[in-house]
Amino acid sequence: MQHELSRRSFLQRSALTTAGASMIEVASALIGQAAAETVDLPVAGPDPVPIALMVNGESRALAVEPRMTLAEALRGPLGLTGTKIACDRGACSACTVWLDGVPVASCMTLAIDVGAGAVTTVEGLARNGELHPVQAAFIEHDALQCGFCTPGMVMSCAALVERTPHPTAEDVEAAISGHLCRCGTYPHVVAATLAAAKVEKA
Amino acid sequence: MAAEGMTRAEKFPRGIASVELGEVERQVPLDEPPALPPNAALSSIGKPTPRQNGRAKVTGATRYTVDVTLPGMLHGRILRSPLPNAEVRAIDVSAAQRYPGVRSVLVIAGPEHQGAVTVRYVGAPVAAVAAVSMAAAEEALRLIRVDYKPLPFVVDMEKARDPAAPPVFDKASAPQGHPSGFPAAPGLPLNGNVRGPARDSRGDPARGFAEADVIVEGDYRTQVQTHCCLEPHAIVADWRTDGLTVHMSTQFTAGVRHELAEAFGLPLNRVRVIVDGMGGGFGSKSALGNYGRIAVNLSRQAQAPVRLVLDRQEEQMDSGNRPGTWQHLRIGARRDGSLTAISLTSYGTAGVAVGAGMGNMAQALYTCPDFESAQHDVFTNAGPGCAMRGPGNTPGAWGLEQAIDELAERLSMDPLTLRDRIDPSPVRREERRIGAERIGWQRRHAPGADSGSLKRGLGVAQSLWGANIQINSACEVRVMRDGSVEVLSSVQDIGTGIGTVLAQVVAEVLGLQPADITVRIGDTEFPAGPPSYGSRTTASVTPPARTAAWRVLQSLLREAALALNAAPEDLAARGGRILVRAEPSRSMSFGEATALLRTDRLAEIASRSDDYGGFRRRMGDAALAQQDLGGVQFAEVAVDTETGIVRVERVVAVQDCGRPMNPLLIESQVQGGVLMGLSYALFEDRILDQHTGRMVNPNLEQYKLAGPRETPTIDVVVLENYQAQSATDAYGIAEPANIATAPAIANAVYNAIGVRLRSLPMTPAAILAALGKVPAGS
Repeated sequence: MQHELSRRSFLQRSALTTAGASMIEVASALIGQAAAETVDLPVAGPDPVPIALMVNGESRALAVEPRMTLAEALRGPLGLTGTKIACDRGACSACTVWLDGVPVASCMTLAIDVGAGAVTTVEGLARNGELHPVQAAFIEHDALQCGFCTPGMVMSCAALVERTPHPTAEDVEAAISGHLCRCGTYPHVVAATLAAAKVEKA
Repeated sequence: MAAEGMTRAEKFPRGIASVELGEVERQVPLDEPPALPPNAALSSIGKPTPRQNGRAKVTGATRYTVDVTLPGMLHGRILRSPLPNAEVRAIDVSAAQRYPGVRSVLVIAGPEHQGAVTVRYVGAPVAAVAAVSMAAAEEALRLIRVDYKPLPFVVDMEKARDPAAPPVFDKASAPQGHPSGFPAAPGLPLNGNVRGPARDSRGDPARGFAEADVIVEGDYRTQVQTHCCLEPHAIVADWRTDGLTVHMSTQFTAGVRHELAEAFGLPLNRVRVIVDGMGGGFGSKSALGNYGRIAVNLSRQAQAPVRLVLDRQEEQMDSGNRPGTWQHLRIGARRDGSLTAISLTSYGTAGVAVGAGMGNMAQALYTCPDFESAQHDVFTNAGPGCAMRGPGNTPGAWGLEQAIDELAERLSMDPLTLRDRIDPSPVRREERRIGAERIGWQRRHAPGADSGSLKRGLGVAQSLWGANIQINSACEVRVMRDGSVEVLSSVQDIGTGIGTVLAQVVAEVLGLQPADITVRIGDTEFPAGPPSYGSRTTASVTPPARTAAWRVLQSLLREAALALNAAPEDLAARGGRILVRAEPSRSMSFGEATALLRTDRLAEIASRSDDYGGFRRRMGDAALAQQDLGGVQFAEVAVDTETGIVRVERVVAVQDCGRPMNPLLIESQVQGGVLMGLSYALFEDRILDQHTGRMVNPNLEQYKLAGPRETPTIDVVVLENYQAQSATDAYGIAEPANIATAPAIANAVYNAIGVRLRSLPMTPAAILAALGKVPAGS
């Protein structure tokens, strides 16, 4: 059973069945916009659709249901299980990867929305077997215990070190402020990242 | 104890290294190594050593159970009760069975299952499905029709204590005592929803209170805390005709193997349990669990491997929790501070389970001749509680350590002076001294003395934990002809780094570097290792590791002795070489020595022997060492009396764990214990809706955990406390590091604002209510 549901028809139906006047106003505005811009938008799903993802410098072809998140695509069809899912709703940041160098929650990103963006996962951070300074510092400072939040922590801290030449402890705390670690590694994560920033500069 | 003639006398270091090290003679079994010198004389043990699996963890290579994929693997999901108490009158799974991709449907609570027709909490398993994809499994769950007859329920402990409250169980179905020694022993009375009292006493408490010059008493309350392991509970079950293999995120591979063998009628040699990466447990992954049985049953029925991973909501509802408690404490003392009597009455709820007691702290921490306790478990229609980091003693400390501070104030004594008077432990005395110096205790002012709206305070609290040992703990050490070395045990690394510690131990014996040792753990194909709970892993598995390595070395030295033209007993292994002790230039490399082996490998399996000084108590596979573990924590807080926000600025944690094996990893664990305690003190709270029985915050954003912004400076100091008890004399640290934090913060809050909070968590609303700025009980 296939429902060909376009954005326009969805919005029209929503508008008709929504009681709130303000909602109808917003929806009407959107419908106008949609009508102007996206008359011939292709409809994706619900069956898997073929996409290509640029992951760790490599183009990977796969088929995803439109509802599949980037985290699920990485861990499932792409076999990159280093990225972890712990809350699956953007509350813990365990699933953090880079999208064009910026940390994002891959559990809150749909795989089909990634488009041509470059995805970097924890597996792609080391270069030719040489660990990123943040990874090396995490080991040396014991910035991990069970390690389940670690891939996400590493991605956020490495992004900070890449874009901030002289981070302070407060900068690191801000960079990891959305990350949860039940083992309580935060003090060592801050120490490791500050140490890595010094190495990076040298 | 070993029989006469089976032992030899050895002189061991004994005492606290920073105070005074003495010596004690012990009888050691002939096949165990000589006494291990203090850490200062060692090259691997006691040195800060980064964990061996660190590289795998920072590169994402570690394989956790959630990452395991087997060929033909199915995905399991559990249908859970939406009602807190209901009779399942009928269940129709036919549509689910017909759904494309579904391979197995299991009815867990259905009328055909005698005794399992009542579901007693929201989240209780009702049915389960295994399908070719998670999406198909989810769809199939929606097609299962369950006819529930809703029954009256109670989720609040106070209301559940009312004799007129809806009964959670009848006498026949109510759980009996908890196997791990919690208060509700078998045979305790059940009145309504209240199981107990479990009574304990010594001396004559009535006389003790009559002799008291001062009596303090108060009610202390703790909330339900959930474990929130970042890695959810997960299992991949693979049932085959020739045996069962289970990948499981577990704190006890060897124990789960036993449970599976018993539950499914299999011999042990047909059951294998494997865990590589383990994403936290904190007590909640100690056993097979209902989800474990479900996954195995699904796999058996579908004849295919099944992966079952709980989602975060399931984690919060049905993977265990720290029971909520209420305690009334009464303490009598003389003017000089000496205690005359302690009386504890407690009620706690572990939902549909038992084990909500907390009497050990009040009973054992301080010298007091007269003691009595009456503890009760209260059944409620809530998910089952289980052990969580320092079970019992954590809520116990919340009451006791505040009451002791209240007593100190009534006696006009400094809290440390009072503890010096009543605490018999020389270890904690030293810990108080070090901690007071580090935190700057002399700055402590009178309660609420700061002017202005931001008020600072200092507080202290103490911890007590038994030094547990698992007797059924073994370790194998193998030396290969090419000089490579392996250490093997089924023990699992739940994040503490036990594998690295084993490598340090073996390296120390063989004169190698820890990096030279390959560690293979987390698999029941290897000799049975201890559980990772009760802070017993290090104490249980490091002595057999050292013994096995030492026995292997004796064999190797016999081979080398011929080549070096010396007696084996004159040889030593040091710095990667086998050398003649009196003439170190006569030597060969470790690899040259192993090349002399007649076979490809030398191997020895050793198991945990009794403590050299004897155990205090032995209970089946578990034993309790003579000495306790402890720790003293100091907290410095700033309380904003306008907003009610408590900010913990600094914690000094002074801990002991016998011989510290790896200070770097110990520091991590202590910081983790402090943070979990801080989170318990200020943020965490499982909230059940009184009208539906549902958890209103079954996630990680409204169930608030301490994050990086709430993390104080944490100073960790670890004593070297030698007790001459085993081949390593090492004990655990995880739980003692968690117990004292919340009451230390509470005592600091009192010191800051002059008002005491006896209920957890100390939220801004609770602070403002205590200050009389908003109405209480909102």
